Amino acid sequence: MTELADLSDPLLQIRGLDKSFGGLHAVDNVSFDVMPGTIKAVIGPNGAGKTTLFNMIAGFLPPDSGKVHFRDILLTGMQPFQVAQEGFLRTFQNLKLSSHLSVLNNVLLGYHTRSSAGFFSGMLSLKRSRMEERRAVETVMPILEWLNLDNKCDIEVGNLSFGNQRAVELARALAADPAMLLLDEPASGLNMHETEDLAERIQEICSQGRTVLLVEHDMSLVMDISHEIVVLNFGKKIAEGTPSEIQKNDDVIRIYLGGDDA
Amino acid sequence: MKRYSPLLILAGTVIVIQLLTLITGKAFLLTQLTMSAYYVLVAAGLCMVMGYAGQISLGQAGFFAIGGYTTAFLTTIDFSGKTATAVYKILDSMGLLISKENLYGDTVIHISPWISLLAAVIIAAGTAYFLGVPVLRLKGHYLAMATMGFGIIIYRIVLGTPFLGEADGITNVPEFIIFPGVNVSGDFTSRVGNYYIAWLLVIVGMFLLLNLINSRVGRALRSLHGSEDAADSMGVDTARYKVNVFVIGAVFAAVAGFFMTHYNGGIGPSEAGVAKSVRYVAIVAVGGMANLWGSLVMGLVLNFLSLRGVFGHFDDAVFGVILVLMMMFMPEGFIRKSVFNDLKTVILRLLKKEPEKFKQGAEIND
Repeated sequence: MTELADLSDPLLQIRGLDKSFGGLHAVDNVSFDVMPGTIKAVIGPNGAGKTTLFNMIAGFLPPDSGKVHFRDILLTGMQPFQVAQEGFLRTFQNLKLSSHLSVLNNVLLGYHTRSSAGFFSGMLSLKRSRMEERRAVETVMPILEWLNLDNKCDIEVGNLSFGNQRAVELARALAADPAMLLLDEPASGLNMHETEDLAERIQEICSQGRTVLLVEHDMSLVMDISHEIVVLNFGKKIAEGTPSEIQKNDDVIRIYLGGDDA
Repeated sequence: MKRYSPLLILAGTVIVIQLLTLITGKAFLLTQLTMSAYYVLVAAGLCMVMGYAGQISLGQAGFFAIGGYTTAFLTTIDFSGKTATAVYKILDSMGLLISKENLYGDTVIHISPWISLLAAVIIAAGTAYFLGVPVLRLKGHYLAMATMGFGIIIYRIVLGTPFLGEADGITNVPEFIIFPGVNVSGDFTSRVGNYYIAWLLVIVGMFLLLNLINSRVGRALRSLHGSEDAADSMGVDTARYKVNVFVIGAVFAAVAGFFMTHYNGGIGPSEAGVAKSVRYVAIVAVGGMANLWGSLVMGLVLNFLSLRGVFGHFDDAVFGVILVLMMMFMPEGFIRKSVFNDLKTVILRLLKKEPEKFKQGAEIND
């Protein structure tokens, strides 16, 4: 485990997020911080409200109450595209890729927020627009190489294996040069070997100075790479701490292994 | 520059076709080829909206009609008896009025079509914007129905408005003089010139759209077709992009309507009909949806056959049947990449060469 960056201000502040769907209290007054340069994981049994929490953070779902601050920017109330423009990028549990586009084009989409050519310069193919395209390709190629996708640039994403499609999603998010990455179940659908590979990649991403928040089922992945863990159950935060603290926490053990009252 | 070689081929083909009609003595075909070019322009704009950005529009004929009727109405206002009005004086001082003699030797003063071109573009773009902002929140059938509703509204408006000629439409629309000697009109002597004007417009339109597809914006549009959430999460303002591409499609249709109206010397309500909108959708569908060149080829072929009367009384029915068959059996269109790839594979095999596609196929399944 890498050392925690010794910066005192949290990069992401989540305060009292709350969401109900009809009678179901999916997320119940959840608060926590994510420190810059760390990997933080949100775990919990199925239906604990992890994905709902994630969607609220990324602007895909408005919370009933509560606030999310990224640096000193209020993310709550923003559209997803505005959240992305702040350097706060996410991936999806069920991959969301443009399956009819090539790998390269999918990844270049991640460069969108770093470029500015609009409809007119695009239609007229102005020099500025072409230079920007070239710079975009130059920027994303190392990312593709790093994820072993560089020999698949021209293949339509729909023709790739699931593991490779996951890699394309990660590459796309990295192409945006995000300060913070939200990974929604990044290991789901991956085999053991691929998951190990992913763990290394996430640690490398973190060592580049990016902050990572992930939701994950795979306990071994979470315990191996996270600096801190938040545990959700029935929408409530029941524990927060380092992996070793979480492993000793009685409430967590009761939820996962079954206890007297379970 | 390799990207533009298909455009050069198109320009060459346009010239060859004109020479062929000259040699074979069938110059009369140029009339239908000219009109087809304008319809191709509408289809190309719709191809961008529907094929690339994935937003179906069944109201494209409405925008064509907006372009056509705007210029028809404005350029048929006769100012000869209104020389005392303020509007006349302002327009005259700016040199925006054209004076000429009509068939009966009377002097007619009308507004320059450059003004009505500007007006047509602004009205079409404005309408598309104010329609697009609420309507493009809808998806699939709902968007199709809403845009079709718009098309029907435009049709009923032109059919029911006295100053737009009701069922008769507007006739006696003057020629559009681009610069002295080059004018858009149905005059026999300028038939060849008009053919080239129309196809030059198509080439310019294709140039703009091909550039757009291969740009940052084009990639964002194609991505939001694949997954709107994905485009959103990568920082694309999907709502704005959808409206912008819708406006572009509308402007292409309106410009086509403008030129067609000056070429024909008039416009009637049938141009605004839903059957016309269905026709454009059918052309884009047969052309392979996200395939500008497919839209161009099918737009030319089908409109040319239709204008030559090959489909007879079943004109609209033919396009309806084409659309149904395409949706059922070839939702990816008749002209699509894989057809060309299959063709290439067959040709290469005949030439006893190892087709490159097979090599790549092995990589895909890793």
